[in-house]
Amino acid sequence: MVNLISRLGAQVIEQCEHLGHLTVFLLRVVSKLFVFPFRYRAVLQQLHFIGAKSTFVIVLASITIGLALGLNLYVEFSRLGVQDRLGSAVALSLIRELGPVFTALMVMGRAGSAMCAEVGIMRSDEQLDALECMAIDPYKFLMVPKFWATLVSVPLLVAIADVVGIFGGYLAGVVIFDVPSGAYWLGVYGSIEWFHLNMGFVKSLVFALIIVWIATGKGFLLHLDKQGNYGAEGVSRVTTQAVVMGSVLILFANFLVSAILVA
Amino acid sequence: MAKLKVEFFVGLFVIAGLVAVSYMAVKMGDVGLFDRQSTYTLVGRFDSVSGLKEGAAVEMAGVRVGKVSSITFDGERFEAVVTMEIPNHIQLTIDSVASIRTTGIIGDKYIKVTIGGDEDFLQPGDEFEQTESSLDIEELISKFIFKAEQDS
Repeated sequence: MVNLISRLGAQVIEQCEHLGHLTVFLLRVVSKLFVFPFRYRAVLQQLHFIGAKSTFVIVLASITIGLALGLNLYVEFSRLGVQDRLGSAVALSLIRELGPVFTALMVMGRAGSAMCAEVGIMRSDEQLDALECMAIDPYKFLMVPKFWATLVSVPLLVAIADVVGIFGGYLAGVVIFDVPSGAYWLGVYGSIEWFHLNMGFVKSLVFALIIVWIATGKGFLLHLDKQGNYGAEGVSRVTTQAVVMGSVLILFANFLVSAILVA
Repeated sequence: MAKLKVEFFVGLFVIAGLVAVSYMAVKMGDVGLFDRQSTYTLVGRFDSVSGLKEGAAVEMAGVRVGKVSSITFDGERFEAVVTMEIPNHIQLTIDSVASIRTTGIIGDKYIKVTIGGDEDFLQPGDEFEQTESSLDIEELISKFIFKAEQDS
């Protein structure tokens, strides 16, 4: 019994410690975000990897979301005879909730896992220690470009996803069914206000921070992980943890931001 | 070449993202970068503006011409004061009527302006002399029911 309780206690202490390490990691990187000189080329390469290469997946995902949303809402709306509101329902749900959340989950799975594995292997191969030996700050050298690239590319990806998703809803409502195209666009333009766009933007920034923080932080702190081995196995375990934890945090933060901004 | 390839795709991505952002901002968020200066304001006093929101349409002959820019409450006369933005090229006569209407039964409220026959025009900042408040369906129904009860 005592053994059981102390095991629980050890678990809690370990988790708190880990959270503390992650927070310190975040604060260190953020404190160096605006320090010159910028590694312009590295930011560009990360933008290419995180942003440009994700575009195709995001477009594909959001057009199917828009289509599915349009189909389902049309069926339900046509029973009430309010098909004309399809545009505003699709646009509102995409811009406020679905666009940011789905984009963030896709980026977490695609780029976040890669970033975590990359940094984790650097840690397990002691490349990070080598950098420190050469008096190169790994936070500044490796993390800051990733942070900037994610913070820039996620909002842009969210904007692309919103527009493409609304177009997907158009395909479902107007092309497949018989919603008047003027009513659809009027609904889209009429119902979206600055507040909703602002909400989507705030969300995308928060999600971007979560993605890059959890992904790089988990990899960076691989050597402090007490659950098992250090090498390839550790990298795979940490990467899985990062994706799961990041995704859960994104969903939770989504609710939190909605609650704060709406209330 | 390999260097330029990365830059090309990043450039393409950033352009696509910015186009999406500006499309949403200008078309949906009503960031009036292009059509800001050419309006003047008119004021209407209503007994009730229940359901009318800021940004609601001002229509003439069924066409959207302007929008509601603010709704405030006048504590002295217990009336709602609605400020409307009308494009400069639309001149309204002094006896024009502003009435609050609804699209459909449960649709959005908007302001319908009916032009009068007077020769003088409303100047910027003027008030509509005649207004019609929003129709409250519940009030109508309750009137109808109580009247029916009294009759019987």
